[in-house]
Amino acid sequence: MGAGALSPRLGPRTVGLATTIAVIVLIEILIRVGVINRFIVPLPSQILGALPRIIAEENVLHRFGQTTQELFWASLLLAVTGIALGALLYRFQLLRAACETWVAALAAAPIVLMYPLFLVIFGRSATTIVMIGFAAGLAPVILKTLEGLTRTRQVLIDVGRSFRLTPAQEFRKILLPAALPSIFVGLRLGLIFAMINIVGVEFLINFGGLGQLINELAERYDLPATYGAICFVILASIVFFDITGRIERWLRPNE
Amino acid sequence: MTTAPTRLLDVEHISKRYTGARDVITAVDDISFGVDPGEFVSIIGPSGCGKSTLFNIIGGLIGDYDGRVAVAGATIAGTHPAIGMVFQEESTFPWRTVADNVAFPLELAGIGRRERLERAESFVTLVGLHGFGHRYPAELSGGMRQRVAIARTLASEPRILLMDEPFAALDEQTRLLLGDKVLQIQQQLHQTTLLITHNLTEAVQLSDRVLVMTYRPGRLKRIVTIDLPRPRDSEVVGSAAFGRYVAEIWHDLREEASRGIQEDESRVLQGGRGK
Repeated sequence: MGAGALSPRLGPRTVGLATTIAVIVLIEILIRVGVINRFIVPLPSQILGALPRIIAEENVLHRFGQTTQELFWASLLLAVTGIALGALLYRFQLLRAACETWVAALAAAPIVLMYPLFLVIFGRSATTIVMIGFAAGLAPVILKTLEGLTRTRQVLIDVGRSFRLTPAQEFRKILLPAALPSIFVGLRLGLIFAMINIVGVEFLINFGGLGQLINELAERYDLPATYGAICFVILASIVFFDITGRIERWLRPNE
Repeated sequence: MTTAPTRLLDVEHISKRYTGARDVITAVDDISFGVDPGEFVSIIGPSGCGKSTLFNIIGGLIGDYDGRVAVAGATIAGTHPAIGMVFQEESTFPWRTVADNVAFPLELAGIGRRERLERAESFVTLVGLHGFGHRYPAELSGGMRQRVAIARTLASEPRILLMDEPFAALDEQTRLLLGDKVLQIQQQLHQTTLLITHNLTEAVQLSDRVLVMTYRPGRLKRIVTIDLPRPRDSEVVGSAAFGRYVAEIWHDLREEASRGIQEDESRVLQGGRGK
């Protein structure tokens, strides 16, 4: 039977897990034989060993909660504002012609370096971190929403017109569902940018969740624990990607 | 003395011009015809004769034309609930199941979910897709998807069904069999239908009258009444009378299609010299 023995959902997960374990084992071997310097990259087994310590002593679960909370609010702002702005650019040609290049330029801007400005506006608080995450992830959500709406097949819009849909119905019943796959690509990209910037700002201003913990552990040169905390950042990403995937499958069950 | 209108659809002196960068192109020129209740009329013409422009004008998707379109004597402007459109391109909503696609116009009408799905099921059955209600369009063949689109339009209970080459992308055998299905539906619902096509067999197989158009600018060249017995099915294509109608229409159409090819070729050559 071979590959057919695994179910369509279980198969990729098993292969993914096996690949991850294989890469970890490979890194462990490369460090042990001296190809990778163990003073720069700790042994994966040491990182694994540090996990109970950072859970018990460094309160990592609480910090994980703080970071995911910030990421949640940034994602919510991204979805609401980004989709609305994308729709606005789609609806008004002049606005689109005037702003699209600027929005694309925003995607490349190192927003995280503007943290002093955000600190002045919002203070040294979670709001600053959320707003930087939001600002960093906004451009891809706007651009991919705009792309999805623009690429909606004309015949689907014509079907709507033939049924005399109002502009609001056309948006809700045709444009939005047609653009959803592209919008979710934008949301995932936005989430990545938001996550990087949230942890980055926590690190820079030494405030909040996992970023601050990574800062503290790195300053102590506790590399296994530092990498252990980074594993929790990756875990937060996995959780959010899984949630967006589930929402997408719920909205577009045939995808 | 004026008589009360008996026609369901009147198309009067329709002309449409497009202004290009260098010249004005007349897509359709002074086209007039009518369709009686329950009648099946096809419009046939070579590629580029303005068939789709006419489809969009009658359906209300194109404005800014000369002439008048009327339903039961009343002039219409824009889309009209009496006219249901089926498009040439695949037009089912991929994110909706077959049943939800067909129930779309009922949803717009504010009918509750249970009732609209029940009503949609009857239209799904009508187009021969019973048991496929829970499937998504991606799981269906091209012919099945076009039947879903037809069922969706029929669910809005239009007085006139306007179809633009709905089976153009399908192979000949599937097209003939779907023609049977269209004939059954038309017979069952006494549905007034206007079909735009470039397929001779399809036009003769389905129609009471065939309107032949000229190549650009699209004008009405001839109206052929198809006096084949009803009820019909695809077996009719083997009859001598069918062959005579096809030959008769092809005689008119051949000249236009040849002119179209020649004009296209000379346009390409002129464009080449221009460079």
